[in-house]
Amino acid sequence: MSLIARVLEAGGISTVTFSNARDITVSAGNPRLVFTNYPLGNCVGRPFDRENQRAILGAGFELLESAPRPGIVVDTPHVWSADTGWMQLILSDAQPFISDAAEVKRQEALKQARAQKARQVRDA
Amino acid sequence: MEYVHYIDKTHEYYRKLGYAKTYNYARNDDIPFTPLKKPLAKCRVAIVSTAQFVMVDAAGNDLEPVRMSGTNVVEVFPIPSDWSPDRIRSTSEDHDRYQTEMKDIDAFFPITRLNEFVREGVLGSLAREFFRTLPNYSHRKTTEVDGPEILRRCREQHVDVALLCPV
Repeated sequence: MSLIARVLEAGGISTVTFSNARDITVSAGNPRLVFTNYPLGNCVGRPFDRENQRAILGAGFELLESAPRPGIVVDTPHVWSADTGWMQLILSDAQPFISDAAEVKRQEALKQARAQKARQVRDA
Repeated sequence: MEYVHYIDKTHEYYRKLGYAKTYNYARNDDIPFTPLKKPLAKCRVAIVSTAQFVMVDAAGNDLEPVRMSGTNVVEVFPIPSDWSPDRIRSTSEDHDRYQTEMKDIDAFFPITRLNEFVREGVLGSLAREFFRTLPNYSHRKTTEVDGPEILRRCREQHVDVALLCPV
């Protein structure tokens, strides 16, 4: 996503990225980042919490209007839950990231991509 | 501030699963920048997202195919910016499914909130369409194919500001 932000900025469009993965977004050289420490899938706020969503989007609007240079990160103050256990459990054996169903679909997609490439090579 | 270090964690996770190569996360030190050219209240705004969902009709039938990870063809899928938030079905596999369910589109694709901000005069207007693309392992594909296509469509719709919403 940050790579697209970079293409847009280079092309004259201002961007702000709302992310739940601070390290990935910063590493990619993101022009303007609003980071909220929530589980992946909640980049602009807590589900069904209008005020929280408005606050996070508002932080992005302020950053757009105030950033004097690229690379500024705004860390919003919102906390997902008092229990921070969800952070430790991510990508642990107890909580595999890829579900079995998703892994089957992923393998199928890879197979199709390889077949497509093989056809392209053959037809070239 | 404590937060999850996804790069280290995913490398460790896939190493344990036996993958020989780990994903090469993008690293850039130079950062392109376009300062905002006018007040937000005069800007046209678009969402760009890697959220995976399909538009559905009133009866709940899918109106488009379910798409998984990116391939090597252009993958930019528009959605009308006035699309009804209850006419989508999430197909995401990338969120933290132990913590969250992707049942409120406005938590990851803020279509209702942005329409509110336009009505309130905080934002000038919305692009006719918002844009979805697929996560892609290839940095080159994103930078040279999907990124430029999103830029082209944003220019066509006179977009001033893009809000990027990754999942």
